[in-house]
Amino acid sequence: MRGRLTFTAGCVLVAAVLLVAAVSLVWLPYDPSDTTGGRLAPPGGEHLLGTDKLGRDLLTQLMVGARIALTVGIGSVLVGGLIGVTAGLLAGFATRWLDDVLSAALDIVIAFPTLLLAMLVVAAREASLGSAVLAIGLAMSGVVARLTRVLVKQVLTQDYITASRTSGTSWPRVVAEHVLPNIAPTLLVNLALQLGLAVLAEAALSYLGLGPPPPNASWGRLLQEAQATVLTAPTGAIAPGVLLVVLVVGVNLVADGLRDLADPTRRRSR
Amino acid sequence: MTPLEVAGLSVRRADGRDLVRDLSFSLAPGERLGLIGESGSGKSLTALAVMGLLPAGMTAHGSVLLDGTQMVGTPDRKLNRVRGRAAAVVFQEPLTALDPLMRVGRQLAWPIRRRRGLRGAALRAAVQDALAEVRLPERVAAAYPHEISGGQRQRAAIAMALACEPAVLIADEPTTALDVTVQSEVLALLDGLVAGRGMALLFITHDLAVVADVADRVVVLKDGSMVESGRTRDIVREPRHAYTRSLVDSAWALEGELDRLAP
Amino acid sequence: MTRAGAGGRAPSAGPTSGAPPAVLAAHEVGFAYRGGRPVLEDVSVTVTAGRGLALVGESGAGKTTLLRLLLGLDRPTSGRVLFDGAAVAPGDRAFRRAVQPVFQDPYSSLDPRRRVGRIVSEPLRSLGLLAPGSRAERRDEAGRRVAEALASVGLPPDAARRYPHEFSGGQRQRIAIARAVVSRPRVLLADEPVSALDVTTRIRVVELLGRLAESHGLTVVVVSHDLSVVAALCADTAIIERGRVVEQGPTADVLGSPAHPYTRKLLESVPRLSRAARLR
Repeated sequence: MRGRLTFTAGCVLVAAVLLVAAVSLVWLPYDPSDTTGGRLAPPGGEHLLGTDKLGRDLLTQLMVGARIALTVGIGSVLVGGLIGVTAGLLAGFATRWLDDVLSAALDIVIAFPTLLLAMLVVAAREASLGSAVLAIGLAMSGVVARLTRVLVKQVLTQDYITASRTSGTSWPRVVAEHVLPNIAPTLLVNLALQLGLAVLAEAALSYLGLGPPPPNASWGRLLQEAQATVLTAPTGAIAPGVLLVVLVVGVNLVADGLRDLADPTRRRSR
Repeated sequence: MTPLEVAGLSVRRADGRDLVRDLSFSLAPGERLGLIGESGSGKSLTALAVMGLLPAGMTAHGSVLLDGTQMVGTPDRKLNRVRGRAAAVVFQEPLTALDPLMRVGRQLAWPIRRRRGLRGAALRAAVQDALAEVRLPERVAAAYPHEISGGQRQRAAIAMALACEPAVLIADEPTTALDVTVQSEVLALLDGLVAGRGMALLFITHDLAVVADVADRVVVLKDGSMVESGRTRDIVREPRHAYTRSLVDSAWALEGELDRLAP
Repeated sequence: MTRAGAGGRAPSAGPTSGAPPAVLAAHEVGFAYRGGRPVLEDVSVTVTAGRGLALVGESGAGKTTLLRLLLGLDRPTSGRVLFDGAAVAPGDRAFRRAVQPVFQDPYSSLDPRRRVGRIVSEPLRSLGLLAPGSRAERRDEAGRRVAEALASVGLPPDAARRYPHEFSGGQRQRIAIARAVVSRPRVLLADEPVSALDVTTRIRVVELLGRLAESHGLTVVVVSHDLSVVAALCADTAIIERGRVVEQGPTADVLGSPAHPYTRKLLESVPRLSRAARLR
């Protein structure tokens, strides 16, 4: 019962951000690069949430930011999930030296500072939406791979895997039929948590100027830009901060709910 | 003083369901009582309730007098002084009952030091005595739990329980995880030690044949309630309750084939 | 079948002419993990059609390893495993179909995320045992055979729609047995099939295995330390100690007049109501 409630709350929060991002695709109060609003206009009047120090409409920036946050979040989870789960499955099935080599490689990826990785990616490509997705996805893949590896190894010790093998089931089918369904719930929850972390990472990268450049208004960059004027125009810092919290909390609540829904032993039996 | 007096004990889960219901039994000095039941009968929970060690979310109701101390509703801090002294437990799985990162000798020294206040050479000698008592070689003191066999681990666990010189020894399926030949050795050891010290024994098991070898009296549990109690011989020979009868019949039926081939 | 007692005559595994055929046999097999000391040495056992075989020994004696070799899950480092007189080839569908396992722990042997129907029908699908036809026809046939298998272990057909966690330990072991018999195998290899169950459930599962052996023409190979189960189910017994067969032959002989000291010790150690101290 409690699980259902938090899951619903999480869905509402995430849906709200999704809606804002969707609307931003078809309608925005102002053009994102329109600087005619006057510097640091207070909330109310023509500009609902006021303007920033360059005279851009804050609501517009926030709406575009929602789109960026979700794109980077989902994109990097796809990149990190794909690389991570594949590498984790390999390592999970590997024995002896291959497992050792893969585990060592994963440790290096995990130990590698995300910021340094991001700087390298930006240096190699350029600061763009794609670079942010790639950098965050790569950094995430190590953690995902290591989790996948442990989960796979655990499942492989179960008798139902042996039973499946003695039923003549081939390894690829054992993976599809038994391994993936059994690791999926834990993995899904972790990927959802990673999505929250990715949104935060994007904000951090943008705050440091390593994120997607304008006109991609990122919440992280909005925070950075509002830093100098936080005392005179607090809305500029508070609004993107609140949205960031809403999205990350929402995603985490959904992650919790997913775990309960995906597990038949936790579902109420009819 | 009666070592253990349980009256109207219930163990309640957070959702209000009773996992043990209105259980009463007592243990005289030197007496051996068997608590027998199948999985889910509440026999292990009873042992934990007696020690005041119920897992979070479960509460005990009724009365458990352990060596004169009320174990139900007393603050945990006070119970620490009773545990070990009044009663000690030997659990089913000796690997999880011992700290895997501590040598057996050090683990054994801890309760001896606490109970008898020994230090240095005297403490080391006491540890060696305790090991000898459970027929473990001296070198076991320097070994980690994973370096010795399952039977040796259970002997070490018994030595730790006895180190506190408790009035009551609670043995919760102490031989279920062991091989048959090791089981009979450990049972014989336990039997001798309990008799030698005049300790009371609460022996928890699902195995009627084991309990019939160890305990004078039995309490039969089913779904948290006592269905029958009495002298072991009477219960096994003439079970009155239908459930007890099905237990006894199953045990005889299983054993029947073996008795036929190897009387 | 020869009887190798304490004297140490090597038991022969090959079928002699006129004797009932050996379905499955280990011939002088040895097994060791890489760099480890041998788990099995020079072990020969024969599963004769219609005569159950018990593999008895302590934990670590190598009986589960022997079972894995007989199941074709591992390959012996020396010696051969023979199925119908020929070496077992990996991926041999006739062998897979004919030799099926039942495991000790009914909680680990059923995939918690699959409905019982899908679990029980897996051998049918994986071994291609369903008649060719449309998807719906094959699903109907699978459903029919699953219901049949469930009925043979005493479970209602609607069990197929439920998940393993909705069943008790004894019922789960019945489901595992249903999966093992759905392909109509000739040999059932059971690793401590009842040791995780309660006494009252235990006797019913032992009875079920005995009944299935008779009605389905199954030969049951049981790994067990429980001599009562052995006596109830198996006509032949091999006693294994530290990776070697120390005694084997008809169960009545091995348990009735044990020749090896280890067998005697084992028999004396079994807790028995008929010998219980407090009943005298």
